[in-house]
Amino acid sequence: MRGKQASPEARTLKDFIAFIIAELKPRGKIFTPFNIISAPILALGIILIIYRLINGLGSVVAEAPGFPWGIWIGFNVMVGVAFAGGAYVLTFVVYILRSEKYHPIIRATILNGFLAYVFYAGAILLDLGRWWNIVNPLIGNKFGVNSVLFLVAWHFLLYMIAEFLEFSPAFAEWLGLRRIRKILRSFTLAAVIFGITLSTLHQSGLGALVMMARPNIHPLWYTEFIPVLFFVSGIFGGLSMVIFEGTISSRVFGYQLTNDFRRSYDDIVLGLAKTCAAVMFVYLFLKALVLIHGAHLSLIASPMGYWYLTEVVGLTLIPCILYLRGFRDRNIKVIRIAAVLTMAGIIINRCNYVFIAYKWYVPLSERYIPSWQEVVMALTIVFAHIWVFRWIAHRMAVYRKPPAWAVEQDRREEKKTLEVAL
Amino acid sequence: MDRRKFLKSLGIGMAGMTCGGILGQGRLHAQGLVEGKEFLSILIDTTRCIGCRSCELACAQTYDLPIPNIEDNSVFEKERRTTETQWTIVNRYKTDKGTVYAVKRCMHCNQPACVSACLVKAMKKRQVGPVTWDDNCMGCKMCAFSCPFDKAILEAHSPSPRIRKCFLCWDKRLVKGEIPACVEACPTEALVFGTRRDLLEDARTRLYRQPDRYVHQIYGETEVGGTSVMYLSAVPFEQLGFRTDLGTTALPELSTGFLYAVPIIFVLWPAFLLGVHRATKEKEEE
Repeated sequence: MRGKQASPEARTLKDFIAFIIAELKPRGKIFTPFNIISAPILALGIILIIYRLINGLGSVVAEAPGFPWGIWIGFNVMVGVAFAGGAYVLTFVVYILRSEKYHPIIRATILNGFLAYVFYAGAILLDLGRWWNIVNPLIGNKFGVNSVLFLVAWHFLLYMIAEFLEFSPAFAEWLGLRRIRKILRSFTLAAVIFGITLSTLHQSGLGALVMMARPNIHPLWYTEFIPVLFFVSGIFGGLSMVIFEGTISSRVFGYQLTNDFRRSYDDIVLGLAKTCAAVMFVYLFLKALVLIHGAHLSLIASPMGYWYLTEVVGLTLIPCILYLRGFRDRNIKVIRIAAVLTMAGIIINRCNYVFIAYKWYVPLSERYIPSWQEVVMALTIVFAHIWVFRWIAHRMAVYRKPPAWAVEQDRREEKKTLEVAL
Repeated sequence: MDRRKFLKSLGIGMAGMTCGGILGQGRLHAQGLVEGKEFLSILIDTTRCIGCRSCELACAQTYDLPIPNIEDNSVFEKERRTTETQWTIVNRYKTDKGTVYAVKRCMHCNQPACVSACLVKAMKKRQVGPVTWDDNCMGCKMCAFSCPFDKAILEAHSPSPRIRKCFLCWDKRLVKGEIPACVEACPTEALVFGTRRDLLEDARTRLYRQPDRYVHQIYGETEVGGTSVMYLSAVPFEQLGFRTDLGTTALPELSTGFLYAVPIIFVLWPAFLLGVHRATKEKEEE
């Protein structure tokens, strides 16, 4: 941690460059089990990504006529965005409802959300046949305003900017830019409000994306409430991710946790578990309503019906109950199990809409089954996210307390606004 | 700008718009193909199809696709689907009334899901009916994902893939005032070309005149809001590999509800959030 002292207040450009170079060097042990597993996959994945971008989709993607989207959309994009939902939910709780309880985890969650968007929305690029045209909907090489995807694309971009603004004070602290931090800090509320609005719309928008494919989606999954279901499941999916991520981070970054954080951590997890259980209850209620209203009960007794039950009962209802029990007994372990099950449920749910319950009538031999290259590339995206997250969390005030000058700055600003208000 | 100038430019503008409209369709109109602004369609009578695959050949020749060997009857052993190099496909079906051939291709929906799905308007429903593709496409494949007929196909093995499907010969023949190649090539008039309105009349006439020859349905009349390629058959359409569970709602209508909600949420949500933010602040100060 020596490098940190040498840092900020870079007076000259030379100092600044020296600081950045010092920060770029890896910290901590290099040969950890995680690194040993992830590094080769990352290396192979990057080669495959370049290969695919040059040679086209068919060079790596499993051939399955009639299944245009695979795990990059189903897992990376759809699931990645659902798991990133924790960021806007927590900014709502912390900045809008002003609950101080969750303040210690807000930066980690925002950073996680921001990187999730960068990498998982970025995974769209992998799946674009003509990826160099990705700027077209942004620069107006025809604005397809009737398209849900147009809306989602713009929202991704704007939300990334909003989340970057929310996290940017930490960047400014790292670089020791006091005046800039003050300016960036003043954007936070606007970015939060804008971000929550965008999230509401594109979390549900991802659901609306599949709505035109009604004839292609199994009736147990298809309902006109798909956008609402995506929105609600994004809330508990995102919060489960926060719990899961916290479990790992509290070990990896334990050295920089403040005592306050350690003391309040269990309460935070219990609070999240309670929220998850409540939201999941709402979700299950909606699911039941849709099932009965659609008169699809008879479809339950079929292979797809059992698969539906696996998702809804096994990976939503059961974790919901586990969350409740974990909360009641103050049992963090049970809550962690619930978080993992919930996340599995979200993964299955999103993949169902994209390629499992999609064209369910096609026999298994003609169905989409991801190629090994696709899996490696999907994992590459995940690992790249984790590596960048780790790099930032080791260097910036994500878990640790911000530097004293930053705390002082916030206090002064708060006092000023109070005086104005009075 | 004075009044004279204003009137002058208005006059020129209006003249331009009117003439543009006339000239735009003039090329087709001159050949007597289009009356007004109606969708051009193909009516396919499967009772007349002999499975000669001349349409496949004509299609391939028109668009420089690999030339199929139409002498080879082994292709009928499996139900084929259209591919990036075969945009029109004749399949053979064993039915209640013996062997029936049916040609499959893009249906050119009246309100296509693929066009609604496209975020760069690369897929386009032309004023005279064909659904065409342009190269500002990103290759996101949402058109393929949304198509109820599996007909929008992105080339898999190309570094610069295009959406390949039947374009109703829009760019190669329609703009020159010629009818689609497959229709011209059909030796039995199983395929006929015309405006959708005329062809529907024609189809109904056949149904009434020969009620025993056909099932009393025109596939494509109402499916997903109506399509520009329509079929007649002697046997129920399921037996010819058609989906009969598509419903009559135009698929783009399924996501309009969501799109309408967007501006409402965009206006109300920030106001609500700001309100909550303010409300909690006052509580703190007390």
